Formats: sequence, structure tokens, C-alpha cells
Amino acid sequence: MLIAVGSLAAMGIALGGLLGIAARYLHVEEDPLENELMGLLPGSQCGQCGFVGCGQYAAALAHEHAPVNLCAPGGKSVIEALAKRLGVSADTSDHEEKGPEYALINEDLCIGCLRCIGECSTDAIVGAVKSVHTVLTENCHGCAKCFKICPTEAITMCKVPVTLGNWHWDKPHADAQH
Amino acid sequence: MMTYTDKSGPFTHAATSVSKTMNTVLLALVPATLFDIWLFGWPALFLFAITIGACMGAEALCLNWAGKPLKPTLCDGSAALTGWLLAMSLPPWAPWWIAVLGAVFAIPLAKHVFGGLGQNVFNPAMVARVALLVSFPVQMTLFVLPHPMFATGSPGFMEALSITFGTGTLDSMSAASALGFIKTELSRGVPVAESIKQVPSLMDLASGVRIGSMGETSAVLVLLGGLVLLARRIISWHIPVTVLGTLFIMGTLFNAVDPTRFTPGWFHLMSGATFLGAFFIATDYVTSPVSKQGQLVYGIGIGLLTWVIRTFAGYPEGMAFAVLLMNSLTPIIDQHFRPRMFGRTRKGQPLPLKGE
Amino acid sequence: MKLFPVRGGIHPDYRKERTSEGAIVALPLPKALYLPLQQHIGAPAEPVVKAGDAVKKGQLLAKGAGAVSAPTHAPTSGIISAITEVAAPHPSGLAQLTIVLQPDGKDEWAELPAALDPSTASPEDIRARVAECGIVGMGGATFPSAVKLGLGTQKPIETLLLNGAECEPYLTCDDRVMREYAAEVVDGARIMARALGAAKIVVGIETNKPAALAAMTEAAKTFADVEVVGVPVQYPMGSERHLVQAITGLETPARKLTADLGVVVHNVGTARAVHDAVRFGRPLIARVVTVSGGAVAKPQNLEVPLGTLVSELVAFCGGLTEPPRRIVNGGPMMGQPLPSLDVPVIKGTCGILALTAVETNEQPVGPCIRCGTCVTICPCGLVPVEMASYIRKDNLEAAATAGVTDCVSCGSCSYICPSHIPLVHYFNYAKGALAAQGREQRKQDKTKELVEIHNDRVEKLAQAKREAAAAKKAAAAAAAAAQVETPQ
Repeated sequence: MLIAVGSLAAMGIALGGLLGIAARYLHVEEDPLENELMGLLPGSQCGQCGFVGCGQYAAALAHEHAPVNLCAPGGKSVIEALAKRLGVSADTSDHEEKGPEYALINEDLCIGCLRCIGECSTDAIVGAVKSVHTVLTENCHGCAKCFKICPTEAITMCKVPVTLGNWHWDKPHADAQH
Repeated sequence: MMTYTDKSGPFTHAATSVSKTMNTVLLALVPATLFDIWLFGWPALFLFAITIGACMGAEALCLNWAGKPLKPTLCDGSAALTGWLLAMSLPPWAPWWIAVLGAVFAIPLAKHVFGGLGQNVFNPAMVARVALLVSFPVQMTLFVLPHPMFATGSPGFMEALSITFGTGTLDSMSAASALGFIKTELSRGVPVAESIKQVPSLMDLASGVRIGSMGETSAVLVLLGGLVLLARRIISWHIPVTVLGTLFIMGTLFNAVDPTRFTPGWFHLMSGATFLGAFFIATDYVTSPVSKQGQLVYGIGIGLLTWVIRTFAGYPEGMAFAVLLMNSLTPIIDQHFRPRMFGRTRKGQPLPLKGE
Repeated sequence: MKLFPVRGGIHPDYRKERTSEGAIVALPLPKALYLPLQQHIGAPAEPVVKAGDAVKKGQLLAKGAGAVSAPTHAPTSGIISAITEVAAPHPSGLAQLTIVLQPDGKDEWAELPAALDPSTASPEDIRARVAECGIVGMGGATFPSAVKLGLGTQKPIETLLLNGAECEPYLTCDDRVMREYAAEVVDGARIMARALGAAKIVVGIETNKPAALAAMTEAAKTFADVEVVGVPVQYPMGSERHLVQAITGLETPARKLTADLGVVVHNVGTARAVHDAVRFGRPLIARVVTVSGGAVAKPQNLEVPLGTLVSELVAFCGGLTEPPRRIVNGGPMMGQPLPSLDVPVIKGTCGILALTAVETNEQPVGPCIRCGTCVTICPCGLVPVEMASYIRKDNLEAAATAGVTDCVSCGSCSYICPSHIPLVHYFNYAKGALAAQGREQRKQDKTKELVEIHNDRVEKLAQAKREAAAAKKAAAAAAAAAQVETPQ
């Protein structure tokens, strides 16, 4: 009896100790999940999710169960990718799918202050001091940071239009009753 | 002028519909059914009407509960077909409550629990038959000698009512089916080679004037119905041929090895509801694999299991069990046996070019 | 010739007899022509005319832009009234940039490029001429033909397969072209074979067109390199890969071209256009269109100037006898529904069908009974029932694994489904949604790249600033030190 209890206790202590040592020595400083999630996010640090940048949002996703549907420029595909990685169900119901957008500068209102250029994280705005700025539409990913900073409200966010090139059939709505 | 662009093509459609398919199957069953009703008289007719009526009623109730429209599903003939097949697998003089209970097993429990038409995993008629068989073994194995309608000694209309709706069983209901007889004899130590001489001959089995459930008799007429289905392309040859072929080969092979223990292949084909099972039960769309390759596997599986159950298990008839067992494998068969995609290998990789 | 079996397929009601026996009728010039800049696969053409310009018949209106593109020419002489957005012949009803031409009624030809002698012209010259004349695949695919004829420079091509299968119900425009212009079609095919470097030409025609088979055989009998073959009547025999399999027995690997097997497929209408372009320098400015369907009073084949409004075609055919359930651009199996009749005929318009509700036979969708017919008839070896259930549950990834992108949208499964499930609609949606996902993914990758470049640049700037500040500081410190030192 004593031998059994003793040996089990010894084994428990030894294995527990081993686990403790392993935890100490094999400790991973950087969270791989966080990095992976970071890779799924656009990385433009627009802050529309409410966090400072993509890194902070990724950390919140990994550790604080932040909702997966906060990334506006990423759209539905990013939500689904995050949900899949984290193994949660993507609740896209309260996520208002605005569709992709791009910024457009009203040339009559632009005063050439350069502020939007400073904000843009994809170098999608070109222009010089005191001259009208222009958005390179194909580089703009619709983070709307420029829209917020513009002092003259010269920037509007436009929906990327549906064209013959990107139109596709909707999911059939006529469906069986089950 | 505006026209509809809510749907992508095609803008033409074959004259196919679910109800057309079901009605063809029902039609193919008519000759065998008429013969059986003649063979077993008024009680069989009553039982038949009650089973189908109960199935339709159960279907209507279930649809109503689920808040689905009654008309399309009730009118497509699927519930009627379930009832019809169930009736054909019952002893012809079974009491009314067997039929009603069967309908309860078949429609709400085997079909609507899974989501209604097209969603069930198991063949509803066979679920009902098996559930009845294990719950009421006495009533489900009491077969009657043929009592052709209007023949002397056959029950009249009023007498038939009392058989179907009454309580007592008649003396003439003490017979067993051919398969059951051989099984019992075997357990008593009588070799198959002896007992098989006492069952009806091959011709009698085929013509159907013998003991059994409605689908068990009249093998030839059922086969005829099956051929109609094949000709109308409602079913393909894959399932019936593999079921019958496997059963026949297994029977013949083992009979050749040991005739005292194993029944011959022809007996397997002609007895039990083998033809009904192969042409009408195993080929049920919903519960069988969708690809031809899968159907071959499924058919072989049913043939093998039927033979194993008939030969080694406690039940003389194995078709229903075999079908249900293979039903449960259908999703797996569907996953693993699929057609090869055009331009791809079986594994889904693009075909190699010559010289690659 | 020995033929090879092709998997699956269906036998729809062909209803070709309504238009197959009447000769092609030339449509009179309409009041206005609408020529979209995008009538082909690839980049839209770039206009070289402006509103107010007077143009002659066959004059270049818009030039091809880039490697895969095709120019557009004036179908008649007249005045360019505008270059504006006009509804495209497309189910979305979206508008696209279109050149509007007001015919002056003179139908005066511009000066055309000189005729080429195919026996002496080089393959490059022939390809250049085909490109210059704006010829695209006339079977409906509208892929620029010159690009396809250039495949011979990349891969050895043995056979030019001329597609006269015309497996779509209702359509008879290829049938009529083969009957009435057999010599031109064969000549065009031989010119194309020369451009490809193909030694052999096989013309595949479904055997439900005996007159076309006879006419083409007759036209080809003097040429040893041309063989006319009757192929079985089995939809979709006209699908490029399936026709190649039926005739050569070769199965084109997924994501490869038939050219990888040494076979290039062209439509018979394209061959005729090539003949006109090379022999006479005529650009592609008209095409034969089948106008049919139960709602059309006098169904027939029309030779139509490109840019004519569909409504003009229907009016010429006696108008509509009843409100159609669907107006279809193309055949009933693979054609696209049109939102209205006020859209132009373009290079790929092979048919305009006004179908009645009886013909379309649309029924409420019922639950799938797993009959497996769709699996049996799928010419691509797919399992439509499985893919559709994945897509219904928005599992596009699983649908892609099951092969939805290999689907050719032939429509056979939807056609045969007893429960009237719109299977092909599911697949078209899935293919579109998957393509959109791909575009979004590329956009995101690009955004990430741009962000990285931006961050690098900002970092470098900051680094430079820091260095400059440090240098300044160092210089100031040195100066201060020097100052301290100097007095001593």
C-alpha cells in the first residue's frame, strides 16, 4: 500500500517537475497564433477595428476573444479567414457588408495640404504642396484614414462599382422548402 | 419590355419530374399487386388500402407540423410508394394496426425526423418492416396459404373485415414462408437437401401461387415491373444486377460445396422478396449512392449481406436488414466512389501530358 | 473515321426545324448601330473615332488594346453620333462604353486592306490580317481568333478541328452557313490551318444536320487534307474538349489547352470570317443570327450588321406573338437571359430566342431525391448534387475541391433534374464568387506589399533624419569642442 502510494506520488512529482521544466525551457516568446492572424489582416494599420493597428487587433483576437468581424477594409473574406483559423463561427449578420470602397478627392475642395498623403499607408495618394492630390484607385484599399483627416472634406469614399468584368450571378434564391 | 433575368440557364427543361418518376414506379408495381390481391383475397386488399392511406395521412400530418405546403409533396407519390412497398412486405392477412404502426415507423420516424423527402438516410418502408418484425415477430411471420378471391373457402367481404379489423387469428394462418420453413427445418437437424424438396418447385415459386408476403409471391410479375423500370430508365441495371448476381453466385457456390447446409442460388433468387428488394427497394433513389460505381459496390454489399443473414443469422429473410445496413454506408460510398473528372486522374490531379 | 465515346450528355428537344430549312436573310440597315468596345474576351478596344466623325463601311472604329483584344469596324457608312454608355447584351443589364453609328444609307465601303494570297502569305501575315479584321470566336466564346491561331508558334499543332457540331437546341446559324457557304468555310479553314501550321483539318458536324454534312463533304472533296466527320447527336458535343475527345480520343488534361494535344478548335462561322478577311480584306462587321423561340412570329436566320438592336431583329421576324417568359442571348442551354430587347447584337451573338413559358418549362424547385441522373449525365465527371449542396451551405471551398471550377456550365444537370433544382445557377454563382474571392485576395496581397514598401520608406526617412540629426549633433559637438579648444 505504502509502496503504491509512494511510487505514484514520486511519479507525479517527477512528471510534474518535468512539465514545469519543459514549460520554462520550451517557452515560446512570440505567439505563433498572433503572427498567423496578423498575416491574415490587411496590415494597413487603419484602426477602423477600434484597436491601434493590425498587430493589436491580432493580439486581441488571439488572447481576448475579440470579435472576428471588425476589419472593415478586409471585408467578408478576412472575417471568414479569421473565423476559420480560430475555429469560431463567423457572425456576419451584424457585420454590415459595405463592399469594397475607394477614396475619391474632389478637386474643387482639395487645398493641397499633404495631410492625406501622410496618412495613407499604401502610398495611394499622389500630390505636392498646394497642388491638387489624386488617388491611385488601384492602390487604394478603402481604409478611409484620409477621409477622416481631410480638413476640407474633399475626400469621399465610393463603392467599387460592379462592372461587366466583375459581375457574377447571385446565389439562387428560389430554393426548396426545406 | 422587361423579361426575367433572375435565373441563369438553361431555359429549357426535360419533361422529368419527381411525381412522374414515382408514378412510373407505382405503375410498375400494379401487375404484381393485382395478382397478390387476387391471391390472398379481401384481407389483402384491406391491408393494402390501410397501409397506403396511413402513410399518406402520416405524411400530411408531418408536413402540416413542419409548416410545409401539403400539395407538392403529398401529390408526388413518394408517400404512396412508401406505403405501397411496405404493404407488399407485410403478411397479407396482418391486422390493421400492423399497417398503421408501420406507417408511423416509416413516415414520421424514418423520413420526417431527417427532414422529409430526400433527406432520410434509411429506406422508410424497410425501417418500418424491420421495426415491425422485431416488435411483433408473431404477427409478422404468420403467413397464409393462398386464398384466391372468390374461390371456395376464401373469406368473403364481411369475413375479411373481421380478419383485418378483428382480433383472432385463423387456423389457416399457421404456415411459414419457404425461407422460414427451411431455416426451421435446419435448426431441427433436417438438411437443406431434404427440406427443399418440400417447398414449392421453381415454377411454383415463380408463378407465385404460394405462401409469403405480397411482394414475396409473384416473383415473375415483380421482375416484369423491374424490367419496365429499366426500360423507362427510372433505374439502371447496376443495383439489381449486382444484388441478384451476388446472391446467386454466393448461393450456388456454397451449395456446390455443401448442399446439406446451404440453399442453392436459384432458391435465393426465387424465395423471399428478392426481386422486389433488388428492383424496387435497393434502388430507392434517396438512400442509394448517386454514382454508378457506388451503386455497384452498394449492390454487391446488399447481395452479400442478404446471403449472410439468410444463411447464418436468426432471421430467415435478410433483404430488409441488408438494405438498411448498406443505407448507412451510402454517404461513405458516395464519398469514395465517384466518377473520374474530365481531364483528371482518379485522385483529382490533372492528367499528365504525353512526355511529361 | 473511327469516333471515340464521350462521357455523359443529354438529348434535349432540338427544335431546329423551325429555322433550319429557310435561307439566311439579310437584315435591312437599321436606324442606328450600337457597337460596344468590348465584344470579345480580353481588354476593351480603344476608340479611334469621335462623335461627329463620318466613317465608311469597314473603317476602323476602335483598335485592339493589348495582346488579347480585338478591334471593331463600322458595319456601314455613316456618322458617329456618340460614344456613350449603352446597356450591354448581358444578364446584369449593366451599361458599357459603346460607339453609336448613324448610318447614312449609302453603305459605302472604305478602302480595304489588299487581298492576301493564302498560298503565298506567311502564317504571320494571315494572323496579322485576322487580328486586324477583328475576328473573334463566333461560336459564342468570342476569344480573339488571331491569338488562338498563334498557338502554332508555341506548340506543334497537327489538327485544326472545325466545330460544326452546333449542339445547342434551336440554333441553326452554323448549319445554314455550312449549307450556303460551304466553299468559303472550307477555304477559311485551310487558311487557318496554314496559319497554325496544322497538316490536317477535320470538320465535326452532328449527324442531325445531313444537308450541312453533304454540302461540306462536297466542298471538301477536292482537298486531301480536309475530312468531314459526322459526330453523334449528344449535347454538349460542341464543347471544345468533348469534340476533341470524340474525334481524336484524346482527353485534354484539366488546366491545359487542346493545343497541348496538338489540336486547335475553331467555329465554322469563324472560318467564313477568316475567308472574307484574307481573300477580300473585309473586317468582321456582320454575322448570322438565329432568331427563334415560340414567341417569335416568323423564326429565321438573319445576316445582321453588328450593333443592330435585338428589337430590330425581332421586329423583322414579325414581332412577338405572345409575351415571352425569357429572352435568351445564345442557345437555351448555355445562353444568357437578356433584360430587354434594347441591346445590340455583338460578335458572339449566335442566337436570339424569345421563349414561352411552355418552352422553358420552369417549375417550383423541389427537394433533391438523389436520383443521381445529374451524376450520370455530367460530361465532366462531376457530382452536381454534391457540389450544389456544398454551395447551398456557402461552403465554396468544398465545392471547389469537388471540382466546381471544372464545370463547363453546359446545363445538362439542370435540364434533367426532376426536382428542377437550378444546379448550374449554383455553379455559376460559385465560380463567380470564387473568382471574386481570388480578386480580393490579390488586392489584399497587393495592399500588404504596398504597406510594406510604405513602411520601409517611412523607416528609411526616419533613419535618415535620425542620422542627419546625429550628424548635426556630432558636428555641433565637434564645433563646440573646437570652440572650447581654440582659445587655448
